[in-house]
Amino acid sequence: MSGPASVRVVLPGHLRSLARVGSEVVLDVDGAVTQRSVLDALEAAHPELRGTIRRREDGRRRDFVRFFACEEDLSHEEPDAPLPDEVATGREPYLVVGAMAGG
Amino acid sequence: MPGTRVLVGTRKGAFVLTSDEHRRDWEVSGPHFPGLEVYHVKGSPLDPDRVWASVSSGWFGQLVQRSSDGGQTWDVVGNDFTYDGVPGQHQWYDGSLRPWEFTRVWHLEPSVHDVDTLYAGVEDAALFRSTDGGVTWSELSGLRNHDTGPQWQPGAGGMCLHTVLEHPSDPDRLYVAISAAGAFRTDDGGVTWQPINKGLRSGGIPDEDSEVGHCVHHLDLHPSNPDVLYMQKHWDVMRSKDGGLTWHEVSGDLPSDFGFPIAVHAHEPETVYVVPILSDEHHVPPDGRLRVYRSRTGGDTWEPLTEGLPQEHCYVNVLRDAMAVDRHESCGVYVGTTGGQVYASADSGDTWQAVVRDLPAVLSVEVQTLP
Repeated sequence: MSGPASVRVVLPGHLRSLARVGSEVVLDVDGAVTQRSVLDALEAAHPELRGTIRRREDGRRRDFVRFFACEEDLSHEEPDAPLPDEVATGREPYLVVGAMAGG
Repeated sequence: MPGTRVLVGTRKGAFVLTSDEHRRDWEVSGPHFPGLEVYHVKGSPLDPDRVWASVSSGWFGQLVQRSSDGGQTWDVVGNDFTYDGVPGQHQWYDGSLRPWEFTRVWHLEPSVHDVDTLYAGVEDAALFRSTDGGVTWSELSGLRNHDTGPQWQPGAGGMCLHTVLEHPSDPDRLYVAISAAGAFRTDDGGVTWQPINKGLRSGGIPDEDSEVGHCVHHLDLHPSNPDVLYMQKHWDVMRSKDGGLTWHEVSGDLPSDFGFPIAVHAHEPETVYVVPILSDEHHVPPDGRLRVYRSRTGGDTWEPLTEGLPQEHCYVNVLRDAMAVDRHESCGVYVGTTGGQVYASADSGDTWQAVVRDLPAVLSVEVQTLP
């Protein structure tokens, strides 16, 4: 029986400061590795990030936040679609990026 | 020796300025939350080491940070400002209807009655209260659900609840002000509210007796005389002697009665400060001279305070939450400008010095008088 997946997440600078973490966060993700499950695990490990990546009111991605992995923009993908195998196995990180337009 | 701590919110972080009671030499700490907008920082009147900050950004939304050591270190507390029930709609600038939508916290008001209670005034206009030091928030929805709610329109900066005043001895009495709905009062701890705008005149409102629609910029009162309120409105400085039920104009001989902040002297309930700017179209000091005006008669007659303030080529503004007074024996007055300066007076405004000159644009100034 396989255990939880070990997923690497890269956060933008302001959220690193907020969560007091370094350049990468490594999370244990149970079950299917999707954008939703990764972000759920991130917020469970760092509750101070709740509301900063996904909107409080409906759980949708905040307008000026984007998601990337394996050089692909995943921002408009379904939150429950499986992430690439490279992310699920920890070979590639999942990137949370603050859009330049937000600044 | 008693101390002084000035809490400054700016467009790119918060700063804490500390001095003793002489208020001549200052230490500057910050930026805290660098790069993020800090709309307001305020400490508890019951425990000055407890300080809260409203921190927000277009990227990551609203955060509330709390310090237990006077602003040296901070921890994130609650940022869930979900409206109670279905929010409904209010008017937009063009009169069309738009749903209530949370944008940010404009003002935090730690209670004078309980050390764990504080209020948050938010945009779109609503009032929230926490009773656990900011960890959880619940809306006092009786305000937003007032009959006039669908008529409320935003001011130029958004439809924000920017001022919260507590009665010093009656925990059930609160005053709030909303741009551009007006002032409101509760006498039952926030369950029910009444507009308190009788006597206000606003050119854009055809009905002079309209309950709502006035762009109130700020309110203040003196705790020794809490039924006397002062108001800086979008044009006009106003005074009420009956807890806001009626208002009369006290602009008097001001060079302009347009402005944003208003503050009452710590020990002289009839001494009031405003910062006139040219007009609603030109938010700059008249004649390029930064002048704080003081009345010692509760309004009507005003004197300019200029010594130590720039008197030429000055085109900064002082926003509504960016003026404060301390409670030292010789009352201090503080203003922060959109040009990044914080000026302090240790003598009720007679003379001023620049504490800092090159901060990001200042959004708020509060001051704590430390034992």
